[in-house]
Amino acid sequence: MNLKKSKFERVKWIIAAVVIIALYVWSFSGIPLTKIQGSAGQVSVSIFNGIIHPDWAYVYNGSGEDMVSELVITLAIAFLGTIISAVLSVPFAFFAAQTKNSMFHPRSTIGKFLLTAIRAFPEVVLAIMFIKAVGPGSFAGVLAIGVHSVGMLGKLFSEAIEEMDRSAEVAIEADGGTKWQIFRIATMPQILPELVSYTLYRFEISVRSASILGLVGAGGIGTPMMFALQTRDWSKTGIILLGIVAMVLAIDSLSTYLRRKLI
Amino acid sequence: MNVPKQDFVHRFHIIGISIAVIMLVLIYFSSLVTGVDFDTFMTNIDQFGVILGQMKDPDWSYLAKMKDPLLQTVQMAILGTTFGTALAIPFSIFAARNIVKNRIGRGIIRIILSLIRTLPNLLLAALFVAIFGIGPMTGVITLALFSFGMVSKLFYEVIETIDMGPVRAIRATGASMAQTVRIAVMPQVAGQFMSDFLYTLEINVRSSTVLGYLGAGGIGLYLQQTLDQYDYPRTAVIIISIFVVVLVIDTISNYLRKRLQ
Repeated sequence: MNLKKSKFERVKWIIAAVVIIALYVWSFSGIPLTKIQGSAGQVSVSIFNGIIHPDWAYVYNGSGEDMVSELVITLAIAFLGTIISAVLSVPFAFFAAQTKNSMFHPRSTIGKFLLTAIRAFPEVVLAIMFIKAVGPGSFAGVLAIGVHSVGMLGKLFSEAIEEMDRSAEVAIEADGGTKWQIFRIATMPQILPELVSYTLYRFEISVRSASILGLVGAGGIGTPMMFALQTRDWSKTGIILLGIVAMVLAIDSLSTYLRRKLI
Repeated sequence: MNVPKQDFVHRFHIIGISIAVIMLVLIYFSSLVTGVDFDTFMTNIDQFGVILGQMKDPDWSYLAKMKDPLLQTVQMAILGTTFGTALAIPFSIFAARNIVKNRIGRGIIRIILSLIRTLPNLLLAALFVAIFGIGPMTGVITLALFSFGMVSKLFYEVIETIDMGPVRAIRATGASMAQTVRIAVMPQVAGQFMSDFLYTLEINVRSSTVLGYLGAGGIGLYLQQTLDQYDYPRTAVIIISIFVVVLVIDTISNYLRKRLQ
């Protein structure tokens, strides 16, 4: 038995190693390693102190600009954005799903490319564009999440459609059902649990997105966070960080629980 | 004939109708809170069209100036992902149920990991810009911490699915923890680790393009400048080049991941 690797096998790994090393040398060359500000340690300690001694008075004071109200707005942005994108994604998904096994499927290819393009458009840029259209505030955030999420939800939905069990559709068709009846009785009930599950998953991501959109002026908890960081109000930064962590953890576990019940 | 009877809940679709009602109420209150205003939307949406219209003819001469920050974005992503992954390997081993039997230690590590995962990376960037100052180094640190949280979870889930036979065999020879991991665990998970690493790199390339918006290096800084100056033909160049870079990295990564499996 010949256990020796062929020459190419051995050379292949050397080439890969050289490429990887070159890649890292190149990467390091682009990042100036020295530029860390002198007060870094001091600021980290201050932020840490802020987290340990948060500004509890900011949690709720009934003014409508306290943390709880901002968190509610953040959740509302994520919720509405996700609903909008889920509705928009359904037609997109049927458009992009490759349901016939032929060599060329221009419709599906175009649909998939569109979805990739939407995904590549950064959410923050969308938010800024919508701010210019509808003014700064939560509504711009809703629209940004609503449009951006279509990229991911549309892809997940179309994959669900591609992998669904078609026998129910065939049965209704054999019974002489119309297209609408096939869709309503066979297709929808088949894929609905999966679509809802993906939408819940996307909602988790949208909550995180909504909490940062405020950094660029699109409403939610990000706006007070930015002010607190700029004014070096560390105890406020601390309570907002704690608030975001608590909100995200709560939403994640609720969504995970619901998704477990669904499937 | 005995027809099976539907109970009240099923007969009147109580569950479906209540879900629908709850959703409608939630949508109503969310629109109230976020100030959804379809009149402004409809009157101003042409403004959005104007922006897109100006983006239609990109200022290609700007591309030469974009090359370096764009490459820096990729460099930030590579370094951030690498540091994050390197840090994630020991942590994921200590968080894996089948390797570490100490429930309390494992639990503490897992709690730390999930706390890191709750923070979105732009928020981390905002924090780190305050701490470390403006510059690409801040971007690398942000991406490293973000990848650390994400990769550790992917990794310990992989480790938990390995075949325990080799592990027991090596342990029976009296091997130390480090030897067990090196000889029995790593060879089983290396392929999947590489695949997860590449997947994280894809995500980091995407997110590193906007980190500069907050001052954490890369192309995002120019994105902010052109948007602030209403210079949309240049914004278009940046967005198109981001799109191309993301597409190229995704394609390479997808190819490599397919080869790995």
